[in-house]
Amino acid sequence: MKDMSYLRVMERKNEIMKQAIGIDYQQFELSPIAFDYERMMKEVGYSLNEIKEIQSETGVGNTPLLELKNITRLVRKISKPGYGAKIYLKDEAANPSGSFKARRASVSVYHAEKHGYRGVVAATSGNYGAGVASQAAMRGLKCIIVQEVYDSTGLGQPEILEKGRKCEAYGAEVLQLSVGPELFYTFLKVLEETGYFNASLYTPFGIAGVETLGAEIIEEIRKREGKDPDAIVVTHAGGGNLTGTARGVQKMDALDTKIIGASVDLSGLHMASDKAFNRKAFTTGHTGFGMPFATWPDRADVPRNAARALRYMDRYVTISQGEVFYVTEALAQLEGLERGPAGNTSLAAAIAIAREMKEDQIVVVQETEYTGAGKHPSAQLTLAIEQGIEVRRGNPADDKPGERIIIPEEPAQIHVKDVDLDKVRQSYLKNVVEKIHINSVNKLELTFLAQEIKESEAYVLRILQEMGVNLK
Amino acid sequence: MKVPKGSWVQIHQIVLNPEERAPQVPDDTKQVPLELRVNGFLDQDAEIGKEVTITTLIGRKLTGYLRKENPRYEYDFGQPIPALLTIGQELRNFLFEEGRSK
Repeated sequence: MKDMSYLRVMERKNEIMKQAIGIDYQQFELSPIAFDYERMMKEVGYSLNEIKEIQSETGVGNTPLLELKNITRLVRKISKPGYGAKIYLKDEAANPSGSFKARRASVSVYHAEKHGYRGVVAATSGNYGAGVASQAAMRGLKCIIVQEVYDSTGLGQPEILEKGRKCEAYGAEVLQLSVGPELFYTFLKVLEETGYFNASLYTPFGIAGVETLGAEIIEEIRKREGKDPDAIVVTHAGGGNLTGTARGVQKMDALDTKIIGASVDLSGLHMASDKAFNRKAFTTGHTGFGMPFATWPDRADVPRNAARALRYMDRYVTISQGEVFYVTEALAQLEGLERGPAGNTSLAAAIAIAREMKEDQIVVVQETEYTGAGKHPSAQLTLAIEQGIEVRRGNPADDKPGERIIIPEEPAQIHVKDVDLDKVRQSYLKNVVEKIHINSVNKLELTFLAQEIKESEAYVLRILQEMGVNLK
Repeated sequence: MKVPKGSWVQIHQIVLNPEERAPQVPDDTKQVPLELRVNGFLDQDAEIGKEVTITTLIGRKLTGYLRKENPRYEYDFGQPIPALLTIGQELRNFLFEEGRSK
């Protein structure tokens, strides 16, 4: 009988993972710091054409790209003359499970089936659960989803409860946990007990599945506009949405298209806190994932995370909860598209960003998600009000996560806050130095680190030297 | 009152007691257990609160304390939110009506 205590199970992590993913990550390691990311993506993942084929088998992708004519007009009305980019929206809610996560799940579930796994397991409180459950239903595999749902009083987050219901609707077993990072422990136990495939969000399969999203955007915009979009705004949490989309854009050689990450600002709320859990009106797409995953991607449930947002991010902005709710209303009322709030994070950011851009420029918002009971502004704001959080109209600059949600009074009040990417890059390098305990780097590691943060080797070396780390 | 075998139920387990929680957990979370709730079909007649086995939607057997029979979906659309209700009209007026009057 195996010892199933927390510490013993965590100690068996690598062996459980190797069995559950079937990837020998060791073969890509180049040094304690560096690994061959591109070789991992190429050898473990699938090519863009293979993925298109896999996704077409289960009706994933090729979602409508909609020109938001009224929102574009609105933006131009509140911009300086000659400003206000045309806004397109990729309606990812049209995927089988209601979000882009179907793309991410499709390749993992295909791969699990191909390699003879009888089932798939995913640790996720987000739309990914429904994505995996839906794909597993189509391919006849069993599915277990492990979610973080409740606080210690038994109060569940409405949008996560809805996501759990949806997984059960697709025939999945749903394990609903209370708050805490030990979700990972339950996840490992389930993998060990069942021998199922770990349909992690962060394997090369998951990320490669999103590449078609970036590629479709470029193909479609070229067809309609005869040029590439100037910017694509991506909701950023764990980094897979941004990484996969950007890789697809690069594979289409759209090298001038800027990739902008956007997260809901939840600064000040501790993500593992029982008391803070239900003071959030967003449970995904927020800075509580966006920041830690950008600055240390290898915190994920696989040895090497294939989602490495800093490699691709040209700009990173935050937006307040109230602004996203306002924009969710605007999308329904002006464009006739009622969609889930978390998926509109990038749209809210794009409205502010489009105002800085010229009229002949194009910005693409690359996702929407389905909406329904729980996953809805009124459900999430009702929870907020019941938790004693103030919800009112006003200047969104006064928004304070966990205390006040300020719904803008007018569209011109929607603003993004730029995150200083230099600080994020430096924080990544600091994590490398502290977590791997290094006092020098070699040339190969320097090259790797420069790629990791999309900066020059000279930049990396300067920052490392400030921390007492030198070139060997 | 007994819940009959075969009913759709929710069970509850304590996964970790407060003293077993991970070292990195913040203080407020460390004071409470890690709990699990799972739905499935009840394997034997049982009373609420008793230890039971269920068969989940994928056929796994799990044990725990019987919490609820036919558990209700405990979420909805909430209440209409006054701070959101007028946004549509405001934006339509701004975009269409002002334009028409010009």
